[in-house]
Amino acid sequence: MTTPQVALTGAELLGLFAHFLVLSLLAVGGAITTAPDMHRYMVGEHHWITDAQFTTSIAIAQAAPGPNVLFVAVLGWNVAGPLGALATMSGILLPSTALSIYASRWGTARRETRAVRAFTTGLTPLTIGLLCATGWILAEPYVGEPSHRVGAVGLILASVAGMVRTRMSPMWLVGLGAVVGALGWA
Amino acid sequence: MTTEESTPPVPVPGPRSSADLFVTFTRLALQGFGGVLAVAQRELVEYRRWLTREQFVEMLAISQVLPGPNIVNLSLMLGDRYFGLRGAASALAGLLAVPLVIVLALATAYAEFASVPVVAGALRGMGAVAAGLVISTAVKLFGTLRTNRMGPLLGIGFAALTFVMIAWLRWPLATVVVGLGTVAVAVAWRKEVP
Repeated sequence: MTTPQVALTGAELLGLFAHFLVLSLLAVGGAITTAPDMHRYMVGEHHWITDAQFTTSIAIAQAAPGPNVLFVAVLGWNVAGPLGALATMSGILLPSTALSIYASRWGTARRETRAVRAFTTGLTPLTIGLLCATGWILAEPYVGEPSHRVGAVGLILASVAGMVRTRMSPMWLVGLGAVVGALGWA
Repeated sequence: MTTEESTPPVPVPGPRSSADLFVTFTRLALQGFGGVLAVAQRELVEYRRWLTREQFVEMLAISQVLPGPNIVNLSLMLGDRYFGLRGAASALAGLLAVPLVIVLALATAYAEFASVPVVAGALRGMGAVAAGLVISTAVKLFGTLRTNRMGPLLGIGFAALTFVMIAWLRWPLATVVVGLGTVAVAVAWRKEVP
């Protein structure tokens, strides 16, 4: 991760903002479920950042305190500095924020209606599928590199086991990852 | 500690002001490494007692159906309930402002030290854990498909289809959510008792 390598034009910045506006409304189950599409757009389609920069951005946000959605700001920052962070962060927050406030007032009153129940029931499996896909895409660069494969896979499995089997804070796992990585094992 | 008794059913004292909301959400955001939801439950239900456990679960369920990060939606709803739009804005700002400064400072610092092998290695290790944390969330939620009102087979089927379309075929998310999502909601509609 370095300072922005590509200078984005005004039109490209607007495009970035518009793309995140759309993703905001699709982010059922959290912003992280839209990470695969951000990857497709920023790394695959436009080559604004590399695969490693993308994964590192998410790792930095996870390592820092605060909501995971802040990885969106880091991605924008790495593409185009402060303006990039403003574009991605306001894009991902504005539509869902507006919708949340009004829909929660509306939905609370109609929680048990058939339409609202069908909406929840239908979208739950998609949310879970999206989370699996996100985990896969985040793990791929680590698993795909033979020199560090054993350590990385070990860390991934240890994190899953730690979270599912124990009630430990994820903070300890993130710390474990930092130590193992700093020793050059992951 | 007996959390059962420590959560009074009604009524719960709410935040005193928008500033109180801001400070509380800043506090809980700064304690949340790798996700804030667990900390939010402890802070809002057990420590501040602004919400009963039942109210918290109810708000979380609605947050999950709505687009956007769950914790962001939850902060908006809670703020809105007490102080309208001003409360919603205060809670959201509390959740994001200080952590945003920290994370961007870290990203900038990382750029300086990215060439140091120990720092790059530490980040790699944390990245692998981050992937593991996302996978573990998926694993935990996978169990809910068993009780999905569509039935477990259809639920797992839709989850698997979503995975293949996004992770392997790399289709745009909009296509998958609008296309497959419509089919899934339509199937669920037929299964729901009118």
